[in-house]
Amino acid sequence: MMNFFKNVFQKIGLVWDKIKYALSHNFIFRTTNTHWIFFSFLRVRITNKRRQSLIGLSFILVWIIGYLIFALYPIFYSLYLSLFKVKLDGAALQLTFQGINNFKAAFLYDPYFVEILVGYIVEILINVPITIVFAIIIALLINQDIKGKGIWRTIFFLPVIIISGPVIGELMRQGATTLPSIREYDLIRMVLSNISPGIATPIQSLFDTILLVLWFAGIQILIFLAGLQKIDREIYEASMVDGAGPWASFWKITLPSIKPLISVAIIYTVVSMSVFSLNEVIIYIRNVMLGESTDALINGYGYSAAISWIYFVVMVLIILLFVGLMSIRRRSKS
Amino acid sequence: MKKFIRTIRDIFSLLFKKDFVHAGIKAKRLFMGVKFTDGLVYKVLVYALLFSFGYVYLYPMLYMLTNSFMTMEDIIDAGIKWIPSSLNFENYRLVFVELDYFRSLAEAVYLAAFPALSATVSSAIIGYGFARFKFPLKNVLFVLMLMTFIVPPQITMLPMFRMYSQYELLGSIKSFVYPAILGQGLNGALFILIFYQFFRMIPKSLDESAQLDGATPFKVFVKIYIPLAIPSIIIVFLFSFVWYYNETYLSGLYLRGSDLLSLPLKLEQYINNYTSIYPEGSQARELMQAVKLAGNVLTLLPLLILYFFTQKRFVESIDRTGITGE
Repeated sequence: MMNFFKNVFQKIGLVWDKIKYALSHNFIFRTTNTHWIFFSFLRVRITNKRRQSLIGLSFILVWIIGYLIFALYPIFYSLYLSLFKVKLDGAALQLTFQGINNFKAAFLYDPYFVEILVGYIVEILINVPITIVFAIIIALLINQDIKGKGIWRTIFFLPVIIISGPVIGELMRQGATTLPSIREYDLIRMVLSNISPGIATPIQSLFDTILLVLWFAGIQILIFLAGLQKIDREIYEASMVDGAGPWASFWKITLPSIKPLISVAIIYTVVSMSVFSLNEVIIYIRNVMLGESTDALINGYGYSAAISWIYFVVMVLIILLFVGLMSIRRRSKS
Repeated sequence: MKKFIRTIRDIFSLLFKKDFVHAGIKAKRLFMGVKFTDGLVYKVLVYALLFSFGYVYLYPMLYMLTNSFMTMEDIIDAGIKWIPSSLNFENYRLVFVELDYFRSLAEAVYLAAFPALSATVSSAIIGYGFARFKFPLKNVLFVLMLMTFIVPPQITMLPMFRMYSQYELLGSIKSFVYPAILGQGLNGALFILIFYQFFRMIPKSLDESAQLDGATPFKVFVKIYIPLAIPSIIIVFLFSFVWYYNETYLSGLYLRGSDLLSLPLKLEQYINNYTSIYPEGSQARELMQAVKLAGNVLTLLPLLILYFFTQKRFVESIDRTGITGE
């Protein structure tokens, strides 16, 4: 058996050598000991640097090709399509130039899109800070000197493994994602019924979605936990000697040292919430693309490309907003 | 724990001796600790928070598990909330038969494993290229690579849908394998980052000495770096597998109408078919609740088993991306 494999590998090696020889000794590209020769007249001296970059680029080549085919081309093609009215004519596309009409229609004509988009924005603006805060709290808790660290970590990371559209959708439909025990407390109900509905509704919806929000925090908890473990214990000891309590040392040591990670966690949270398959905006985009609406103006490939671009821009703006907020520093006292 | 009991005993013995001052000091030490974080109050607070968060996290799972065993009477009975009156496997049997479970599972694993495998191979190669070599425009390419993480699939999905339909790749696993093999799979940027970070940490003298012995760059990669990177490879494969298994948005589009469906999608389809038979509010629909949950448990079961055995790998993954700064 071993012999058989050895033989096969030897055969492959022989063929591979031939291929290699053919690749480096043809009329387009030839190598001598000191030069690369392109098309028989372009001689390039081989330096160590050039060789390095050629080898490096050949490792990256896979990614460059993939990027061109599966990222760059689709991005620009969808931007291009968003300027047209697209009609399916058999397999071919019939394009009629629209200018920015598709984008205009999204805001002025479409009865659903703006509403869904605003809903998404509000949801993200509320949920992202909550996710981050809870992720930090949970990471801090696990980082304490507690029993069964591994078990807790396993529990809090579990949602990352099992989170998927249909499962969450089913749980939501059956009301398993709202905590009944929280809402059944008389105290909370009383408080909610006594404050104005403008404040009560967001709080109410917070209780309804808190579980889902927490379920999105798995990766972020790990990010913060890894960051917390990198903080030198001696800093805490030194601050304790100087009379800082746990409260002060959290604000003065812990938070500043994990601050760079907050931006990373924010980006991750926004992206994962925005592309989650139950997100109403992306469901709407898919429905428009597959032509499930009957209204001709807000239908088809062109329009769906336009709204997905609007969605993308909004997403980037949200990320920039959060990251910008994170980078605000208190004016240094000088 | 022993220490705790001894301290309590000490306090009581001091109390019996009517030495209230020392008992007070000892009690304060016990509850508040020297620096508060080592006191009993703090400990209780931490565990209380941990347990309440743990409850919140596990609540849907528990709900799913217990309700999936319930019979129709149990669901209608308001008195039964957590523990079903009898262990009833009827729901599971129904889903098991209707979904043709083992076949569907095999398909779902096939659908997740191959893209995951190709993503792992390609991201190892790409990460190695970014980590070990200098070439012009490297930083630009690296930033572009990271940017692909932010671009939502909704933007690229339409042209890709067109492309796949032109080359007749729709409804086949190729529509997932091809992007993965070119480093553009699900969350590809993250995996490349993991390998990039790992390969950067290995000292360069290792491959220099191999080069002196006459190894080609490719040989150095395969013979030295790949064996070293096995932990990273496992992590990337596991993550990629789990994400492909749970992916429903794109597979719902690319695999529409074909027999090849991921398990979550298949379950959804079956549920939709089943619910449309019965009218709104009928008893059979009520029963469907439990059946659906049983289906959910069955779709998640492979992942849960996988996670149970490999959770350490998952947990150490973030360290390996290096985003926490080295």
